[in-house]
Amino acid sequence: MAVLNAKDLTLQYDQRRVVEGLTAEIPEGKVTMIVGANACGKSTLLRGLSRLLKPAGGTVTLDGKDIHSRPAKELARILGLLPQHPTAPDGILVRDLVGRGRYPHQGFFRSWSAGDDLAVHRALEATETLELAERNVDELSGGQRQRVWIAMALAQETEVLLLDEPTTYLDLAHQVEVLDLITDLNRRRGTTVAIVLHDLNLAARYADHVIAMKGGRIVAEGTSADVVTEDLVRDVFGLDSRVLPDPISGTPLIVPLGRHHAEFPKSETATLELVP
Amino acid sequence: MSKADLANVRRELGENAPAECELADPAGPVRANVGPPRSGLMGSALMGRSLMGRTALLAFAVIVLFAVSILLGSYTVTVPDFVRILTAHLTGGERIPGASFIVMETKLPRAVIGTMIGIAFGLSGALFQTMLRNPLASPDVIGISYGASAAAVTAIVVFGASGAAVSGAALCGAMAVAVLIYTISRSGSPGSGGGNHANAAGSRLILAGIGIAAALNAVVNFLMTRADIRTAAEALIWLNGSLNSASWDRAGVLALAFLVLVPAAALLAGPLRILELGDDAAAGLGIRVGITRLGVVAVAVALAAVATAAAGPVAFVAFLAGPIARRFTGKASLPAGAFVGALIVLAADYFAANIAPLLLDGTVLPVGVVTGALGAPFLLWLLVTANRKDA
Repeated sequence: MAVLNAKDLTLQYDQRRVVEGLTAEIPEGKVTMIVGANACGKSTLLRGLSRLLKPAGGTVTLDGKDIHSRPAKELARILGLLPQHPTAPDGILVRDLVGRGRYPHQGFFRSWSAGDDLAVHRALEATETLELAERNVDELSGGQRQRVWIAMALAQETEVLLLDEPTTYLDLAHQVEVLDLITDLNRRRGTTVAIVLHDLNLAARYADHVIAMKGGRIVAEGTSADVVTEDLVRDVFGLDSRVLPDPISGTPLIVPLGRHHAEFPKSETATLELVP
Repeated sequence: MSKADLANVRRELGENAPAECELADPAGPVRANVGPPRSGLMGSALMGRSLMGRTALLAFAVIVLFAVSILLGSYTVTVPDFVRILTAHLTGGERIPGASFIVMETKLPRAVIGTMIGIAFGLSGALFQTMLRNPLASPDVIGISYGASAAAVTAIVVFGASGAAVSGAALCGAMAVAVLIYTISRSGSPGSGGGNHANAAGSRLILAGIGIAAALNAVVNFLMTRADIRTAAEALIWLNGSLNSASWDRAGVLALAFLVLVPAAALLAGPLRILELGDDAAAGLGIRVGITRLGVVAVAVALAAVATAAAGPVAFVAFLAGPIARRFTGKASLPAGAFVGALIVLAADYFAANIAPLLLDGTVLPVGVVTGALGAPFLLWLLVTANRKDA
């Protein structure tokens, strides 16, 4: 399996520094959630980890080898990325789109093999999009479309998969569906997953490992019970909140305070215990 | 029935079909690069091979039109006569006075060059439009043809050049403008790395091109006002785009360029299909986005430049070919774009040379006038139908 490491990583656009001197490891075989306020550099970190952005300093290594020293196609067989806004070409079929995930496995002259068919079939099956295979991507709902994009990333059959806000624009039911799907993938295939996620509650629930970022640096990392605390939410998001144990999963549940809502007496919530 | 109803019907249709899908799947005859047009309810099984089928249909139409333009028209040749003339020409056998010359030195090179520049313009437009995901991004809209025009007119008017020198100037002008536009579109901040980065770069390229096109148009107009009437007339013929001076020499030069550029375009077709998914997704799939983009621009510009050098800036062929091919086959396809380009030039030239004289008291139009006349209404149609799709 593959281990993805960032060491002393500095990332910038032109002269604007976004991530500075960051060292992190994406733990093998786990689901890592990267959280933080808007513009904290979390998406940029994902771009840095996935070769989209060349580091201005430091290195990103996969199994100890610098990702920028490898041929792009070879790296894409091990490390997959689903960006935030991929574009579906006009009139493309679901099967065709998912099939493009096989590109890194195809040689210069070898175009398509039975193995590619199989991988596409498996990806469609895993995302429950098999019955959509011959449909036009344009006619799908937002949730279906996101599943199809994830199917494309699955068809790539990489050991590490990075996802940039895969639940944006989805309603809550579809958000849960997508995260369940990614968790299945992690459990069944042992895929190492790193996700940038906005929703702190869902991140806390689905993460094996949480990385919290602020101002281009990591402020805390560990299990969600360790990382997601009232102090951290105040520090990272500038938000006063109460953190309760999620009655379903026992993971931290963030309840924001805001300016318009009075708080219940402490005693009512204090009886609930966080399950680590 | 409302839109929502329609969507429901579609969904039901889709969900009732899984057994069939599974049956068809493992053998997987439906390859990743075939797909139906945007036909909604039409079953894809029915239309599954339409891209290849329809591309073949386009290729066949090119052959038919090629034959028509040689055999019919103001001077008709029968097929047996044509074969006799051709074999005589190739084996050095006995020539038919008059007919041999008209076919071998006029009609055939004209049809060959018409086909080749059509393919070159069509391919160039399809490459640009696919890469930038914008139908406006064709070499004749973004100023590359104007670069060729300005250079050629400068050569004709200022230096009194003619023939190959004008073609050479046009080639250099197109390349220079391409480099300029590319440099301008690359400069400036690439933003914070959101998904719209690529589109922004694309829009910048198109806007820079349109600006430069306007400036170069002014240069051309200035030169035309300074030139004496005979030189201006000569420059005007070139500017309209014409196959009247088609010759085997030019066909040879074009063929040489094709030998390099067509395989290069074929090689770029695969990565270009991935680039359609957006720069970030493409990079995630192992495409080197910068190099691929540069390669596509270089090949597309070279194709437009050699075609312009051979026949002048035949208006709107590159612009029209891609979208027409797309409507016909259902998706962006380089070969289909190339064939549609050839069809447009051959059909427009046949009309200009053989039908227009009947309507206009014997005036033979340059082919570019006909394609130009087609371009404007098509642009409007494209705008109207594109809006309807978004609504």
